[in-house]
Amino acid sequence: MAGEKAAGEKKPGEKAAGEKKPGKKKPAEKKPAEQQAGQKEAGEKKKKVKKHHASRNPVLARGIGRYSRSAMYARKALYKRKYTAPETKIEKKKKEKPRATITKPVGGDKNGGSRVVKIRKMPRYYPTEDVPRKLLSHGKKPFCQHKRRLRASITPGTVLILLTGRHRGKRVVFLKQLATGLLLVTGPLVINRVPLRRAHQKFVIATSTKVDISGVKIPKHLTDAYFKKKRLRKPKHQEGEIFDTEKEKYEITEQRKSDQKAVDSQILARIKKVPQLRGYLRSTFCLSNGVYPHKLVF
Amino acid sequence: VFKRFVEIGRVAFISFGPHAGKLVAIVDVIDQNRALVDGPCSGVRRQAMPFKCMQLTDFVLKFPHSARQKCVRLAWEKENINEKWAATRWAKKIEAREKKAKMTDFDRYKVMKAKKMRNRIIKHEMRKLQKMASKKGKKPEKPEKPGKAQKAQKAQKAQKAQK
Repeated sequence: MAGEKAAGEKKPGEKAAGEKKPGKKKPAEKKPAEQQAGQKEAGEKKKKVKKHHASRNPVLARGIGRYSRSAMYARKALYKRKYTAPETKIEKKKKEKPRATITKPVGGDKNGGSRVVKIRKMPRYYPTEDVPRKLLSHGKKPFCQHKRRLRASITPGTVLILLTGRHRGKRVVFLKQLATGLLLVTGPLVINRVPLRRAHQKFVIATSTKVDISGVKIPKHLTDAYFKKKRLRKPKHQEGEIFDTEKEKYEITEQRKSDQKAVDSQILARIKKVPQLRGYLRSTFCLSNGVYPHKLVF
Repeated sequence: VFKRFVEIGRVAFISFGPHAGKLVAIVDVIDQNRALVDGPCSGVRRQAMPFKCMQLTDFVLKFPHSARQKCVRLAWEKENINEKWAATRWAKKIEAREKKAKMTDFDRYKVMKAKKMRNRIIKHEMRKLQKMASKKGKKPEKPEKPGKAQKAQKAQKAQKAQK
């Protein structure tokens, strides 16, 4: 209590002294004769920032003061001194409240035209049991952050044998590995009807035959998003026509055709240089009697 | 009945073991199952070797028993065993087998095409001759047949050698 009082008394002492000093300072600065006095006070202000009044609460015994809390309030004239913290910045920030509601137009006649809608709504469901917090795991990355590997035997220009899909058994030229790890591959189309397509590394045999694709420029827009299958689904829940989905038939877009031409023209030139390679790419791979894959050198 | 005998100087082909595929000369016989063997020109150190892993060739060198390596080497080089061996059908068959095992997918395709072409040529000629034979009664024109078949063989050999 005494400690509090002493601290309290420091403040009035400071303020009084501070109020006096700037008051004195100004006339002192104006009058050159009293400059020295002004400088002295400025000097005093720098050294002694606050002049504290002695404790207005005489001590009866250690820890016990003469006056009560309310009496001290009156003696220290705290009713006069009410300080508010500088709030301008906070007030400004507080004023920038986010919008709570928004008015949206509503269709239909006799509906009043618009509604006032809350932007942040109350939850519509509170679970009866609290789900316990999951423990932290490490090293579990999402698919987009996985490490992509490529077999050392597969380099740009390698002839690959596709093993699955509608083009199984066909020999195809490898162009590059895409961001998801799939291999971009082309027939070329004129040779074996395999367009620019993605193939999975695991379902492919890499032969040791390579075509020199060093100068071939593959357009940069050929990414996974370009090749991804598109599925339009807007089920309007009409009983007739549920099975008539849009895009039953896949149609080759003009962009695909132009991209195919652009890439294939470069590759065909290089394929023609190697004798018999064109016929090789046209043929399909098959096993026959006495041919064992584990004994074959590809 | 037996033409190749185990004797001093017999050149043998090692069929299995660490030195499989190499030629050695028998320097001395140790006992019923083993021989002292040396292959200075084929990278086989002088050592004992069981007869079971040796296959005798037609070549015999001349040197006394237990002759040292220098003598064996001299005899080997004098007879020019390495070249003679490469010229035998045995060695050629081995080489062909190795090449076939090393064939890549592309090579297999090329061989298939070559074989197809060769067979076509042969069949074509055969049918021609058969037709002629059936038409002209009995005038077998044999000298022409092997000539054309040889041409086809040469064409195919050239293609196989390219791979």
